[in-house]
Amino acid sequence: MIITVASGKGGTGKTTVAVNLALSVQSVNLLDCDVEEPNVHTLLHHTDTMTYPVTVPTPVVDVEKCSLCGKCSEFCQFNAIFVGKTKTMVFNEICHACGGCALVCPEGAITEVARSIGTIHQSMSGDIHLTYGELSIGEPIATTVIREVKTNIKNGNTNILDAPPGTACPVIETVRGSDFLILVTEPTPFGLHDLSMAIDVVKELGVPFGVIVNRAGIGDDGVITYCKENATPILMEISFSRRIAELYSQGIPFVQEMPEWIGKFRELYNHIGKVVADAK
Amino acid sequence: MTRICITSTGPTLESPIDPRFGRCAYFIIADPQTYEFEAVSNEAALAPGGAGIRAAQTVVSKNVETVLTGSVGPNAFPALKDASIKILTNISGTVKTAIDRYRNDNLDELKAPGPSNVGKGQGGPGRGLGMGYGGGTGMGFGRGSGGGRGHRRRGGRSL
Repeated sequence: MIITVASGKGGTGKTTVAVNLALSVQSVNLLDCDVEEPNVHTLLHHTDTMTYPVTVPTPVVDVEKCSLCGKCSEFCQFNAIFVGKTKTMVFNEICHACGGCALVCPEGAITEVARSIGTIHQSMSGDIHLTYGELSIGEPIATTVIREVKTNIKNGNTNILDAPPGTACPVIETVRGSDFLILVTEPTPFGLHDLSMAIDVVKELGVPFGVIVNRAGIGDDGVITYCKENATPILMEISFSRRIAELYSQGIPFVQEMPEWIGKFRELYNHIGKVVADAK
Repeated sequence: MTRICITSTGPTLESPIDPRFGRCAYFIIADPQTYEFEAVSNEAALAPGGAGIRAAQTVVSKNVETVLTGSVGPNAFPALKDASIKILTNISGTVKTAIDRYRNDNLDELKAPGPSNVGKGQGGPGRGLGMGYGGGTGMGFGRGSGGGRGHRRRGGRSL
């Protein structure tokens, strides 16, 4: 089973929910797909057991063979190649590694060379198997690294994915293939605005979902009203608490110090299991 | 004959210039002596990425010697340089005014690329919190441009 924790707005508590859920359920495979800013590992005591690079094939032009015909530049849908008067220039950061330029080059002047754009880290924290991806600084395309993180999903296990914030490509890449989606929000107008955008995206993807309201008690009742009106289940409310905030600031997942929450997260997990089983 | 290219918001000499290179609406390819011109629609104007590179490719294909514009980004700049195209900035008003100033030798040569994503401002709904790019190009005139690129991070660092 794949449970993904996402949100429209950033900073609502995705990682808090993902980590506390993982610690409550135990023996899970936890994957941090927020490769632009991975932080699950900061809440877990762990030691990396393995790291490996994520590479993409990038075109390299042989100037001796290149006739400056311009076919590669014409073909490239991402505008990553410029054919000038003296040489052909490849803009690596824009390239989406489709390989088309090498195919259309009549001179056979283009070869593809592996270029590293990020790293995958794997480690154990107790009985949790943790994988997280890290996009290299300056690299704009996160989805390639997210796909690589997701190759570590284990069928037959419980996989919990921590998604990046927002509603764009990295989120869709993460959510795709999930059995259930938890959307974490906060009860503020800003939280509601981004929650509704996220729900629009999730409906498009056809993944069953529910909402967790974090920092319950602040803001207004807009989120609750919205969920009622749209028949969106509220799975859990985590009240706004100084204790939880303090533990977070020390890098301690709150279920470790507030064990009464373990049961609530397990109940949540069982509920999700039922929803997923019914959907199948 | 000399051929120059002016980045423009419209297809005529009376159109206001467009200070963006990669994402201008039109390239006016003109002969500064006779004011004869051709308007070329910029197919890169709405490209999701690499607009400057595509625009440079278009300009190169038109065999121009000089580009008159506001700002050229870090990708288009080396591309135009490789094609030995001179970049002049500090234009304002209409395309015709820009040509007049070119004839009077009243423009500055751009020696270094400006910031990226200057021309990228068209955000969809709810894209308020992107990164802002301030854009002065350092030739004695200031041009501020905000680019709303909301797809990256939204309020991620809030408390």
